[in-house]
Amino acid sequence: MNRISISNNQTIPLRDIPVLDYDDFLEMNIKMLERAESHCVNYYGFRWKHGIKLICCIAHDREHSIHLSSAEISTHGGALPSFTARNLAFQGFERELAENFGLSYTDHPWLKPLRYAFNRTDRSKTIANHPFYRIDSEELHEVGVGPIHAGIIEPGHFRFICNGEQILHLDIQLGYQHRGIESLLVSRKKPLERVTIAESIAGDTVVGHSLAFVNLWESLCGFDPPEELQLSRTLALELERMAIHTGDLSAICTDIAYQLGSAVFGRLRTPLINFMQEWCGNRLAKGLIRVGGSHFPFNGSLAQRLGHLLDAYEPALTEMFDEMKSLPTVLARLEKTGVVTREQAASIGAVGMVARTSGIDRDIRESHPFGLFRRTVHQPIIKHHGDVYSRTQLRKEEIAQSARYAREWLRNIPVPATRTDAPGRPAAGAFAISLVEGWRGEICHCAVTDDAGELLHYKVKDPSFHNWLAVALAVRNNEISDFPICNKSFNLSYCGHDL
Amino acid sequence: MLDNFKILLHQGKQYIPDVTKAQVPGNFRGRPVISTSPVDSHALAELCPTGAISGDPVSIHLGKCTFCGECAFSFPEKICFTRDYRIATNLRNELIVREGVDVPIRLNPDAIREEISKYFSGSLKLRQVCAGGDSSTEWELNACGNVNFDMGRFGVEFVASPRHADGIVITGPISENMAEPLRICYEAIPEPKIIILAGTDAISGGIFAGRPSLNRGFLQNYKIDLYVPGNPVHPLTFINGVLDLIRKRK
Repeated sequence: MNRISISNNQTIPLRDIPVLDYDDFLEMNIKMLERAESHCVNYYGFRWKHGIKLICCIAHDREHSIHLSSAEISTHGGALPSFTARNLAFQGFERELAENFGLSYTDHPWLKPLRYAFNRTDRSKTIANHPFYRIDSEELHEVGVGPIHAGIIEPGHFRFICNGEQILHLDIQLGYQHRGIESLLVSRKKPLERVTIAESIAGDTVVGHSLAFVNLWESLCGFDPPEELQLSRTLALELERMAIHTGDLSAICTDIAYQLGSAVFGRLRTPLINFMQEWCGNRLAKGLIRVGGSHFPFNGSLAQRLGHLLDAYEPALTEMFDEMKSLPTVLARLEKTGVVTREQAASIGAVGMVARTSGIDRDIRESHPFGLFRRTVHQPIIKHHGDVYSRTQLRKEEIAQSARYAREWLRNIPVPATRTDAPGRPAAGAFAISLVEGWRGEICHCAVTDDAGELLHYKVKDPSFHNWLAVALAVRNNEISDFPICNKSFNLSYCGHDL
Repeated sequence: MLDNFKILLHQGKQYIPDVTKAQVPGNFRGRPVISTSPVDSHALAELCPTGAISGDPVSIHLGKCTFCGECAFSFPEKICFTRDYRIATNLRNELIVREGVDVPIRLNPDAIREEISKYFSGSLKLRQVCAGGDSSTEWELNACGNVNFDMGRFGVEFVASPRHADGIVITGPISENMAEPLRICYEAIPEPKIIILAGTDAISGGIFAGRPSLNRGFLQNYKIDLYVPGNPVHPLTFINGVLDLIRKRK
């Protein structure tokens, strides 16, 4: 076999990942992706001996398996044929490899810098002189937005090429948020330091990223989390989904100047995040997820509180959503705005909400289940129009679905185990992968350990890494005035991308 | 139309009447209190992920603290986090909570610049700049303006343009790639202007302190008017801090 199949949260010896000749490596992975139910969850490299070791992780969604293969290349070996020329979903991965290791490709369409990482090979390239895409025409004009935006949001630069009010092309340049998360996760050794870093990858996905980290770490250490820990973690993940989706509904209303929806959805988020504070002392759940245990066990009285909270929250949300949906002025702004077609979503390897609103059934909770989803039958919600409205409707339906799961889990709170052994040392010379379906979509963390069991390399992939290109495609031929509502309907992470 | 009234009615009253006295729910980790009981202070300091704890006598620097609460779980007899969310101050030194000293953290009125109360006491417009922030404090600053916290009732608002602003609110550890945009934005604000650092990352760099991916040079050049600790900052911490800043010196 020239690849190895593992499941989510599995640890294997690094040497078990077959090392292929680069051309065979490329050919095999591209071939695997011809099946619609396959997609690339991670493709990255790290320094290995005197060159670079590339690892490609292709998930097969129906077989619930992840196919791993690798190749070892030299940094002085000349230009390589690119994956991207054959499959656009690799564009970001290969731009990252080019930026971090100085790799060159014979046929990559455009190796523009990805995030101007502090440890990039070419320090002469700076974010201030980014090579934007240009079209020379007297009929077209450019509009530059950012890095600092009008609201209280993260920085990123959007360069539009417009024909009158219509967007012809959007170039998105990120990297302003780069903090060096991946190397910091390796250099800081204490588990508490590492989980604190994981919580900071994207502050609106605290549970998602810290869960991916602890699942991976516990897998490396051979630790099997007890039932009550599984419950509290999975529940927290779904509460995070509900809270952020609710906030996003508010923000979508704000961007179309629908004041009532903005205010009501905004205040409906408050009880959810205040519940997180009641539970773990932090509205965004910082401090809740820890390796091998939790300071905040979920108990019967919290369950009762959450039940009452949902009883009040759900009808209020539905009432507001139904009213909003009945207004022609709202629908006119949402429907057929910012469309991502199924073909586009598939071609860029879109994940999470972006995939599911364009008719692609892609949800880690179903395809590579973790935590309580290993025994909860999850049916992903799929929308087909790929427009702002689909992304709005999906949020409402996912909120209802998560609330249903929460109620189901609350019926049976497991008694905390009297004693569990703390996780031991991570396995030596190992590779581990962890996938979590956060509220945006698929989060993927990968780790490699050295012969002493110390972290050698850590890789983080936020769903935004794939999905930013969807924003650029969605706004084409839209009016530039619709850009804010398009962007908000995706609500992608800048810091999750920039790391 | 009637549906709209019904919805309005169903919301009830959502705003917090008195933001200075509101109780926060749950086991919120606000101002810590450090007892004088003897502990292994080296082990205690070792525990902290950001080096916020110093030993003998024990102190916690709130500008470095991530409020994870780990120290209080490991040394419950020594450290206790209270629900006191009023932890913003205008002097960096005041961010240090010392052993055996259980006093509220407040602004020092004498250190507030005269023009702040002269020009901004009734109206303060702020421009926020996220410089490597993880979007959690940004999220809470947005929440300051929602119907629950309603900071706008005090005349304090976030605005889109630095030209319209009276000051800047910086979040995040200040990434290298944001250092220049931050400086340009600050310079675009008309005088007199204030600088607020919101969140642990902004005040000290937090878990990212000392990283080569940061460039915190901007902070060396200017006086900081307000430090708002938190990870993320709680809306009530921010609102109370700002209100004290613009109203206290009179």
